[in-house]
Amino acid sequence: MPAAGEPHLVVCVKVVPKPEEVRVDPQTRRLDRAGARSEINPPDMNAVEFALQIKDHLGGRVSILSMGPPFFEPYLRLCLAMGADHVYLLSDRLFGGADTLATTYTLSRAIRRLEPVDLVLCGEESSDGATGQVPPGLAEWLGYQQITMVNDIEVDMSRGVARGRRERQGGYEVLEVPLPAVISVKTGGNEPRFWDYRLKPWAFAPERVTVWSAADMDVEPEFIGLAGSPTQVVGLEQAPSRERKRIMLSGSPQEIAQQLAARLREALPLVP
Amino acid sequence: MATSLYDASEARNAIWVFLEQEGGDLQRVSLELLSKGRELADEVGWKLAGLLFGDRVRSLAEQAFAYGADEVWLAEHPLLQNFTVEAYTSAAFQAIMEGKPSVFLCGATVNGRDLAGRLAVKLRTGLTADCTHLRMREGGILVGEVTGFGGGVLALIETPQHRPQMATVRPGVFPLKPLDTSSTGVIREVSVTIDASQVQTRVVEKVVGRGADITRSPVLVIGGRGIQGRFDLLRQLAQLLGGEVGATRPPVDSGLIERERQVGQTGVVCRPKVAIVCGASGAFQFTVGIQHADTIIAINTDPEAPIFETADYGVVGDALQIVPALIESLDSSRVLVTSTGGGS
Repeated sequence: MPAAGEPHLVVCVKVVPKPEEVRVDPQTRRLDRAGARSEINPPDMNAVEFALQIKDHLGGRVSILSMGPPFFEPYLRLCLAMGADHVYLLSDRLFGGADTLATTYTLSRAIRRLEPVDLVLCGEESSDGATGQVPPGLAEWLGYQQITMVNDIEVDMSRGVARGRRERQGGYEVLEVPLPAVISVKTGGNEPRFWDYRLKPWAFAPERVTVWSAADMDVEPEFIGLAGSPTQVVGLEQAPSRERKRIMLSGSPQEIAQQLAARLREALPLVP
Repeated sequence: MATSLYDASEARNAIWVFLEQEGGDLQRVSLELLSKGRELADEVGWKLAGLLFGDRVRSLAEQAFAYGADEVWLAEHPLLQNFTVEAYTSAAFQAIMEGKPSVFLCGATVNGRDLAGRLAVKLRTGLTADCTHLRMREGGILVGEVTGFGGGVLALIETPQHRPQMATVRPGVFPLKPLDTSSTGVIREVSVTIDASQVQTRVVEKVVGRGADITRSPVLVIGGRGIQGRFDLLRQLAQLLGGEVGATRPPVDSGLIERERQVGQTGVVCRPKVAIVCGASGAFQFTVGIQHADTIIAINTDPEAPIFETADYGVVGDALQIVPALIESLDSSRVLVTSTGGGS
């Protein structure tokens, strides 16, 4: 537990296959992740960095929370070597096949167990599912306030509020909400620090990671995993790339420019 | 399996579209969704309704009717004047529990995502986010197509048993249907109970820029890492062609250009007549944003860059040389046309 007046920050982290390395198996129509290397979902790294910055200023405790198979563990331990305090990994076959509703339910039950919590930080979206709906869903299950898609965060524990700045249509807005709150972070909102090699032995000690199965948690079976997921994936395919002409133009820059100008006149009747 | 608050047998045969207004103007994505919603409703013979919140926004209903809505469910309240996730979630929940639509569509804007994410949990139903296609299949089931893994994988997603079947769609994905100002519809007032104490989000500061909306531009000149921040050149070309400048993610993250010009998965999806892509390698996350372009021209120094796979015309070369030459070529021909015209 963090000391009185110091924040407890929970960061939701997901390990995802590198998007460019995932293919659909044309026979089975299933995702072929075998050839793909994994990484921590990039915006989640920005969320971890924000949590560590808040801890640098205010003290407190950073808990890393993730739901997934045991192979997530070494990736999550790297967050510890960056400066986080503990990892909670929700791992059970019963959690498998969860859509947004079941995922947010399960994560919210874990966060309940970690309370008192001041701030839950998430990446804006995951690079595999890319729904961006986990942060508001979590906030709803927990009854927390929310600010999404921020690129700067300020926490004021004495007033019990968090502020988030986010870009809006050529401008920006700064929103303030009472704690506890869920804040989602834009990719690239900060520069995640490297892990500290001196912390690595500590980070890889067995006791730094707590694994919870469904039986360890206070969850309703009908709300978790496939059973708790209203949506169903009924088809999967490699995205067809639209047939393009793929004509290569060559010559001096001036010759190429003339060819391009001619193509532009074809495509755009109003071009001079 | 856990059930939604109402199921398919209780749901009404209606498709609802959340009509997002900001400062009394309907967002274009809401009209795009009405256009698509009309098509879907006609396929199954259902009603299309808009859900409109605000304070004195009744006149906006006419616009919704012109884009195909049969009904507009309207809630007016001082606390609904500007979007807050607390007030809007509460009001939308009350309206949906009264109208029990089978389908609920929402623009995947900043506010739309906030609203849809909370509503889906409150209603204990399924949400398919960022659909790139929508259709209705037999039995009144909405099929949403989404891209995953940066656009490399397509998935078809259904919510067979829970209602409403919720989906969000990003701006620019569906085209606007021509509006029909003669069409009329019915306004149904919804009385919602919202308490000021529910709204805890405070706007500390808000700066509204003249946000560029590149989704409507017929021509996009898009710069990637390879143009080394020379958006001034791209801007000249865009102006000549009556278009706008766009960017891939790296220059936006480096602060070289405004975020609302970012094209791709985390930016905007565009459907221009022509996209000229300069110095961008062509990652999935980016090309998903221009895949609907009629013609794609790519300029890149690397002959192996994947962008050439998705281009109609490719140029292996330095955009910083090609673009000025193209500007000159277009500009001189314009002078020529003008002088010839003037002389005859």
